[in-house]
Amino acid sequence: MNVWIAIGLTAVGCYAVKLAGLLVPGAVLERPLVRRLAALLPVALLAALTAQQTFGDGRELVLDARVLGVGAAGVALLLRAPFLVVVGVAVAVTAGVRALA
Amino acid sequence: MAHETAHTERPEPADTGGGKADAAVVRDALGVGVAVGLSGFAFGVTSAGAGLTLLQTCVTSLLIFTGASQFALVGALAAGGNPFTAAAGAFFLGVRNAFYGLRLSQLLALRRPVRPVAAQWVIDETTAVALAQPDRRSARLGFTVTGATLYVLWNVTTLLGALGAEAIGDTDAWGLDAAGPAVFLALLAPMLRGTVERAVAVVAVVLGLGLLPVLPAGVPVLVAGLAAPLVLYVQGRRGARRGAAPPAAGSRGAVDDEAAVGSGGADETGAGRGEERE
Repeated sequence: MNVWIAIGLTAVGCYAVKLAGLLVPGAVLERPLVRRLAALLPVALLAALTAQQTFGDGRELVLDARVLGVGAAGVALLLRAPFLVVVGVAVAVTAGVRALA
Repeated sequence: MAHETAHTERPEPADTGGGKADAAVVRDALGVGVAVGLSGFAFGVTSAGAGLTLLQTCVTSLLIFTGASQFALVGALAAGGNPFTAAAGAFFLGVRNAFYGLRLSQLLALRRPVRPVAAQWVIDETTAVALAQPDRRSARLGFTVTGATLYVLWNVTTLLGALGAEAIGDTDAWGLDAAGPAVFLALLAPMLRGTVERAVAVVAVVLGLGLLPVLPAGVPVLVAGLAAPLVLYVQGRRGARRGAAPPAAGSRGAVDDEAAVGSGGADETGAGRGEERE
């Protein structure tokens, strides 16, 4: 049930902000500080999510095969690999390290 | 969804001056739609690995339809977050779509009855394709074709990914728990071009990891979001001390505004396209 509540809330919220952009008068969102914050907010959230899902296990911080997998994905990104390749590299390296360990 | 469309080579920009051939617009739109739509696989697999049922996974893609928020949602649920903090994190990631909608409403000049329907497709990729077009007709065509292609493919591949994950059982043994963070990293990378963005990312990582052991699941990410106003505030103070215009709201802001929609705030499409438009 909790999962459905979360999906429902997110769906309504995400649709509402999409629609708001199309309906709200421009002046409200055009203030430079508001736009700057909106551009930086995803940076903060994505950085925190990347770190947590790489090092987090429940409420503990751990070092395991994921670290190498995500590290390999970082290298793939530097080499400008396509999105699916980046994700594939992370998965393959993580699985490989676990198989060897 | 995929940031890598940023690097998808597009055909020559319309140099005919006025219009652009419909075929060229459709080709651009299909290229982005297909490439990104396929990454629904990654979402389907991650969502199933996070413990969502097939139906929950598919409904998520059908109704939420904005990649980063979807990954954040299932990640938070997998980590044991309560539904409200999980939804809040996903929601904040989706807020940037409001700014895309703002640009699109001026560009596409949609009639009011159409807007509630078009709204679901207001995401990074459709915005990037529409803004890259030279005129309204092409922009409308690009938005529609990209939106339709992506919506159909993203949902079909979500289903296939979830089915695949269920078939193989223990997703961790296959390294699939690394897919989520790799997706976030891929979305984040093109945004880290400026000093301010990097500072925000570092502060957010420190907050996100530091608070993980002490706050309930899902909350540390929300607190980490405060890195954005925090860094802007510090930057503004420094600017003021030097006697210059505060960078956050002054001259710097004007330059960054353009980039904000195309690249700074982009979930996936940003880099190349932001420059094209300027």
